[in-house]
Amino acid sequence: MNRRSLVSVGILVLVAAVVLSATIAAQAPASAAKAAPAAKAAPAGKAYTPPKTPDGQPDLQGFWTNSTYVPLERPQGVTKEFYTPDEAEEAIKKAAAREAEQTEPGTTADVHYDFSQFGLDRSQSTIAKSLRTSLVVDPPDGKIPPVNAQGQKRAADRAAARKAAGGQYDSVQNMPIGSRCIIMGGAGPPMMNAGYNANYQIVQSPGYVMILTEMIHDVRVIPLDNRTQPPQGVRQWTGVSRGRWEGNTLVVETTNFNGKNAFRGASENMKVTERFTRVADDMIDYKFTVEDPATWDRTWTAEAPLAKTGGPIFEFACHETNYGIANILAGARAEEKQKAEQAKKGSN
Amino acid sequence: MRNRFLTRVTVVAIGLCVAAVTLVTAQTPAYRAPRAPDGKPNLGGIWQAINTANWDIEAHSAAPSPVLELGAAGAVPGGLGVVEGGTLPYRPEALAKRNENRANRLKLDPEIKCYLPGVPRATYMPFPFQIIQSQKHIMLIHEYAGAVRTIYMTDQTEAPADSWMGWSNGRWEGESLVVDTKGFNDLSWFDRSGNFHSDALHVVERFTPRSADTLNYEVTVEDPKVFTRPWKMSMPLYRRVEPNAQILEFRCVEFVEDLLYGHLRKQPSQ
Repeated sequence: MNRRSLVSVGILVLVAAVVLSATIAAQAPASAAKAAPAAKAAPAGKAYTPPKTPDGQPDLQGFWTNSTYVPLERPQGVTKEFYTPDEAEEAIKKAAAREAEQTEPGTTADVHYDFSQFGLDRSQSTIAKSLRTSLVVDPPDGKIPPVNAQGQKRAADRAAARKAAGGQYDSVQNMPIGSRCIIMGGAGPPMMNAGYNANYQIVQSPGYVMILTEMIHDVRVIPLDNRTQPPQGVRQWTGVSRGRWEGNTLVVETTNFNGKNAFRGASENMKVTERFTRVADDMIDYKFTVEDPATWDRTWTAEAPLAKTGGPIFEFACHETNYGIANILAGARAEEKQKAEQAKKGSN
Repeated sequence: MRNRFLTRVTVVAIGLCVAAVTLVTAQTPAYRAPRAPDGKPNLGGIWQAINTANWDIEAHSAAPSPVLELGAAGAVPGGLGVVEGGTLPYRPEALAKRNENRANRLKLDPEIKCYLPGVPRATYMPFPFQIIQSQKHIMLIHEYAGAVRTIYMTDQTEAPADSWMGWSNGRWEGESLVVDTKGFNDLSWFDRSGNFHSDALHVVERFTPRSADTLNYEVTVEDPKVFTRPWKMSMPLYRRVEPNAQILEFRCVEFVEDLLYGHLRKQPSQ
């Protein structure tokens, strides 16, 4: 109970930190409750020609979201690749209901926060709709390939290191990376939907594509000049990205990860190849392929479309107001002190 | 007669000199930058200030490191200052606060805590920043703390809420990008010396190309709660010309966690 309330306080404070931007976002008419048209189930039609930037690049600029209810892996019991439009609507409704459920007034879970109040639940903002039953498109069963022996050993080593470091609330370094305001899931690469505030801004200039991720103001400046990757010694949370145009598709290859926020258990030598293709005025087809022989014996690919959404993106100053992390740790220390005093009393 | 002739010669000579000066001035017109694809001056690139403004925007002598263990590596290099007129026009009570900030710098400077740097400090931190220029948005991407600014060239609005980096609207004035920024919180500083502002801060910056690889950076700062009058600072910015120059991650949150939360670490039980 104590632990749970500590978590709740932490979440409350973290959420409170984002409420401001969420409130503002909710006020922007273009972004509120507007569902983008469903991404085409079949490969994108050739009819659409994307607009061009003044320097002739296919134009990906604007504000986009990858908010989705489609799970990364195909749910148990689902055997097909695509839902019918009705089934897809039903899946969204069910998922939205599950999101609302955790904040049913009067329930224990309600202390967590009412995500629906400030539009933090996905159903109130633009959703990048898709008929897919999973984001994973290859392997065809919609599941991430099994982790190989080397990957399993790494996972076990990482788990052992975590255990050796002590409990989650023993030190700030044992807390989740997102709670520490270091990086969140939206930045990637690959860019995965962040649950809320899953917004991006793309700006292009000659020779560069820039992608800004709302949480936590993460920027990737992707050079398009075929420059080589930096030496292996340069390792970053978001890796180092290099891009090129293949027809109307922006292809971005990223290596040089630091392995500290390993994507699905990958090693620091993971390579991610992303493909951005504008298939409609309000839709970018986004596919990514993950390659890491140290973890999976085969590559795997997922598709997570980006739907146009209303801007602008507001400053997400996470670390600067991270009272949650200090309060969680202080709460844990207070709890220990209390227990120690009780134990002392008991022994007297 | 002779005198009059001399006078005439002198006048002519002076006139020639003036003409020569005028001619020289006319022969060095303002630098015209290469154009972006939309015809505007192209400010794209990776830029960095080379000065000691981040230590102190006012003139200052070299000084020892505030952290004993860092020795000469952490010492303060002297600087001639970047503030026009030399001294900041503080209100008396604000000057007292600046001095208090300065005395408690290790506890109070937002840079030490890896907080967002604010404006204009972001521009002259000892880190590069990149300008990505499109017609609608000009992005300033700072290496320090991953700070980023969006300058709205179209779809301009008032600041919707206060923030660390402010809300920036831009316009072109000839060769200059003029950026008008408001909507600041009162938490960032101008430098490591405690120079500060309030949430009434209004910053107008002018980025003007002065050669292929340098920009003039001029800033007008207005904050009637802290200063008795608007004041200006200026400095050149230099292009990082290395062919492989790029903004790297300086995700410093991780580097300050023990400083900020170390006292909350679980102690081994006795």
